[in-house]
Amino acid sequence: MDRRKFLLRTSGTVAGSLLLPRLGARIASADELPAGTVASSALDALPGKRPLVRRTFRPPNFETPIELFREAYTPNDAFYVRWHSAVPEVALADWRLRVGGPAAQRQREYAHADIVRRFKRHEVTAVNQCSGNRRGLFAPHVPGVQWGFGAMGNAVWGGVRLKDVLEDAGLAAGALEVVANGSDVPMLTGPDFVKSLPMWKALDPDTLLAFEMNGEPLPALNGGPARIVAPGWTATYWVKAVEDLTVTDKPFDGFWMKTAYRVPKGLFGASGFQSQDTEQNSPITSIRVNSLIVTPAPGAMLPAGRRVEVMGIAWDGGSGIRKVEVSLDGGASWRGARLGRDLGRYSWRQWRYDFKPQAGSVTVLARAVARDGATQSEKLIHNPAGYHHNVVQRADYHVA
Amino acid sequence: MSRELRAAFAAVALALGGAAQADESSVRLAQADGVERVQASCAICHSLDYIVMNSPFQDRGGWEKTVNKMVKVMGAPLTPEDSAAIVDYLAAHYGKPQ
Repeated sequence: MDRRKFLLRTSGTVAGSLLLPRLGARIASADELPAGTVASSALDALPGKRPLVRRTFRPPNFETPIELFREAYTPNDAFYVRWHSAVPEVALADWRLRVGGPAAQRQREYAHADIVRRFKRHEVTAVNQCSGNRRGLFAPHVPGVQWGFGAMGNAVWGGVRLKDVLEDAGLAAGALEVVANGSDVPMLTGPDFVKSLPMWKALDPDTLLAFEMNGEPLPALNGGPARIVAPGWTATYWVKAVEDLTVTDKPFDGFWMKTAYRVPKGLFGASGFQSQDTEQNSPITSIRVNSLIVTPAPGAMLPAGRRVEVMGIAWDGGSGIRKVEVSLDGGASWRGARLGRDLGRYSWRQWRYDFKPQAGSVTVLARAVARDGATQSEKLIHNPAGYHHNVVQRADYHVA
Repeated sequence: MSRELRAAFAAVALALGGAAQADESSVRLAQADGVERVQASCAICHSLDYIVMNSPFQDRGGWEKTVNKMVKVMGAPLTPEDSAAIVDYLAAHYGKPQ
């Protein structure tokens, strides 16, 4: 095994599986990724990025190493990268946004300067999470990009309200969906990556046309010059390099809406996107409540009888986090973790829990409860595309 | 993270600092019958690590489904003979162990 692969396998959550004997409890860690995924992944740096976990070269799919989630806001150069086809490079000065469609009153075209002049600036802090985050941990495995825990990040997104732009074009009676297309193009004759939003979500005051990420221009690898920010919904709706908005009076039926990014009907509750529901399935929409243990890395050695602080993050689709609970006895009893500062209902929230482990081993379980009452799954809710993995995490540690 | 790991991390960070851009030619597929056809067909659109990453958990039927999707949905320009040879190769070298 070369050094990079060794480091990848021993980074983050997997150190225990190689360096220490396996404990009784299974941990939902990256060593449950398919063997081929582990073999073909490596830490690797894209231009302008620090080394991330490369899952595929082309199109580029790179995830953020878990230890970088210690920071409340994920730095731009550490933010995960996910593309369906080649990354378009569009200079902000050349960028134009067309707005129109059968249910718009006017056709408009804007340059960046027009948008800055015409519309009020707005910011939102939100988790951006790939629909398939943690797909690689599905048992049984399902095909797709085999993500571990790192196809997500938290950032302050800056731009203008999508609502303001749409209302400038004017909405006609019967406006049903807003269809967003970016300047990325499919390889060969495959379907263009185009997504739609229901009107209520497109008009939500926190849904943005964003040009900035953490106070910097949006990097091309993360969708610059402009992307949709749909807080609380999975990142498939956060269309990157967006250049066209079409207001329709009919459900948009492109491949990436009608066929891909779907979950069995009712398996995860109502979609909130009725015009895209069918008898069999629904589009994936809201992020499910979830949490992640960031430090110490599962598998690490902890000092016996000394205070240890477990630090993690918790998030959901926008109701906010009510509490995070930790169990040290396999789930028999739970105690509340201390929540960090509330950075907004779409942001993740840091949490901390102190305890003094006794020599031997300890398994830490963490589960988040959202303000809407939802909590994490105890067992994986398997679905064909590998979405919504939010199983309560078990982290094993050795204590000596 | 142990001190050894931390040191190893630092070493790699140093090695990768300002690292050369990722190079997909480093992906090595199993050298066996059909590999040229797989490389020529699949790499038109994507790097070959997609194959390794999605293994070894798909059985022959799973790989057949994937190849069909590439042809019917994504527009891969494959003849039925190409598809059959590619499925044979993937099932044999990247398939679920029997």
